[in-house]
Amino acid sequence: MLKVYVPRDAAAKALGAEDVVAALRAEAARRGVDVTIIRNGSRGMVWLEPLVEVETPEGRVAFGPMTPAAVTQVFDGGPLSLGLTEELPWLKAQTRLTFARCGIIDPLSLADYRAHGGLEGLARAVAMTGAEIVNEVSQSGLRGRGGAGFPTGIKWKTVHDAPGPQKYIVANADEGDSGTFADRMIMEGDPFVLIEGMAIAGLAVGATKGFVYIRSEYPDAIEVMTEAVAIATREGVLGASVLGSGKAFDLEIRTGAGAYVCGEETSLLNSLEGKRGTVRAKPPLPALQGFMGHPTVVNNVISLASVPVILAKGAAFYAGFGLGRSRGTIPLQIAGNVKQGGLYEIAFGLSLREIVQQIGGGTASGRPIKAVQVGGPLGAYLAPHQFDIPFGYEEYSGQNALIGHAGLTVFDDSADMLKLARFAMEFCAIESCGKCTPCRIGAVRGVETIDRIGRGDPSAIPLLTDLCETMKSGSLCALGGFTPYPVMSALTHFPDDFSATAKEAAE
Amino acid sequence: MPDQSAIIARVSEIIASHQGVEGPLLPILHAIQHQFGHVPQAALPVIAQALSLSKAEVHGVMSFYHDFREEPAGRHVVKLCRAESCQSVGADRVAAHAQARLGVDWHGTTPDGAVTLEPVFCLGLCACGPAAMVDGRLVGRVDEARVDALLAEVR
Repeated sequence: MLKVYVPRDAAAKALGAEDVVAALRAEAARRGVDVTIIRNGSRGMVWLEPLVEVETPEGRVAFGPMTPAAVTQVFDGGPLSLGLTEELPWLKAQTRLTFARCGIIDPLSLADYRAHGGLEGLARAVAMTGAEIVNEVSQSGLRGRGGAGFPTGIKWKTVHDAPGPQKYIVANADEGDSGTFADRMIMEGDPFVLIEGMAIAGLAVGATKGFVYIRSEYPDAIEVMTEAVAIATREGVLGASVLGSGKAFDLEIRTGAGAYVCGEETSLLNSLEGKRGTVRAKPPLPALQGFMGHPTVVNNVISLASVPVILAKGAAFYAGFGLGRSRGTIPLQIAGNVKQGGLYEIAFGLSLREIVQQIGGGTASGRPIKAVQVGGPLGAYLAPHQFDIPFGYEEYSGQNALIGHAGLTVFDDSADMLKLARFAMEFCAIESCGKCTPCRIGAVRGVETIDRIGRGDPSAIPLLTDLCETMKSGSLCALGGFTPYPVMSALTHFPDDFSATAKEAAE
Repeated sequence: MPDQSAIIARVSEIIASHQGVEGPLLPILHAIQHQFGHVPQAALPVIAQALSLSKAEVHGVMSFYHDFREEPAGRHVVKLCRAESCQSVGADRVAAHAQARLGVDWHGTTPDGAVTLEPVFCLGLCACGPAAMVDGRLVGRVDEARVDALLAEVR
């Protein structure tokens, strides 16, 4: 019998995985070969998707990027054969802690999950007190992977210490930043790790109910997570007695409705409650008055999915990776105009040059890199002269940039930075929740002001700078507050794109 | 088109099936849109009464979110990603081509009611853009020729 893996990951599907599966079945039938096809998650090498793997006594052998016409190679070998998957240099050089199982196991097999180290963290947590779990997470140095970089342990301690009969855990899976797809990949490829992380959080702070708020643009993730929660509940990982501990924790999957701002935690909570997704003023902190006014942990998917390995292997193991105050690993998402795009998990500290040139292989178009936007639509555009800063929270903020959710979007030299700055303001105007004036009005004025610059009016440049200052210091949340990052970095590092004369000279 | 009383009856059933859900409004609106393809006006007062909200509040929530439609879409919905990663590999060009082909702007529906064109800001396919979603099916590395092929499929 032939055992074949074809990812069910959305990127693999978008590149034809379903047609490959159909072709594989037809070819196997034609040859009279008994074939079992397992729909795994993605290994993260998006440029090789659909990446088909065949189980052999030596290990899994990879073929990709597979096409329906080339499936005979899976049986006979051929130029698409890449050798043993585990030996592929791109994969081998990574440190996969959070994504250890993604792409390897059947995402919906709890037995597979256990066999690959799953539930070890939860089993350990069950025997600990809440305070001990919180301490373990604090010691690991884990910081919020959604972008803010707030220490996860401190957030948990606040909820742990807060009085209240009902507390909640909310996973923020509203991954709306362009250039990011780590949340989607882990939910589609290893959903139980998120469930386990949330259950550990529940035990730590005394919460009995959790929600995963997934954006509606991720139908595959919603489907896999919904099924995984049902399986986990049936198998006693969730429910009235988590792993037989006598402590309850239930999970519910909720779907967003296309509002980018709901990735902001207070806006997300309003949305969960059934309200308009407007931002709440802080204080009160969600940790004290969150969902329905109760103490609530709101964490990014990757933060929660990193908790099981911390509990399983200990805080010191996790904290042993990284640099400075950025401990552990970070799943880099290399995207945009790049030859070898995908998800690359590694300890903090790589330079941007290493990431985009060596790992990413440069641009897909073959042209020189002009800029890399780090951290999504609210992240700065970095120019080649900044490519040596090491990947870490403080290192980036020192450059007026942010690592955000660790998405990196590569642009070649055909990119028009004025147009991208305008887009940042336009996006902010479309997605603003409308609660605060600097964001609601500022973004609209921002588009108009950039249009003035584009028409050759340099007197609008100081106006734009001033407007960005106002938005930065006066907005209620990161949408209005961080939109100035892409705008100002584009203006600062690529002034020629904002000068009509320089543009005309170039043309 | 179902008549008003049929809509109200079905909406009431949907609301009843969400009893006990904490913060039920978004799940209810999603279920109604799933049923009818849009959220009919007639549903709003029914929801408002059941959840002890004003009709204005329900309308306020519904209109806040891009997903909820007041009117039915075309028979097919083509969403094209407009976000940065897709822009870096030519999404603007692809979008302009699709708009010219269909003769509609963003959010527009072709006069024959066949296709609605919508922007989307990120489908999480940022390493294989430009990305599209056609009636819920994801497509990566979309170029002009691919747009033509996708439109030929749905028209």
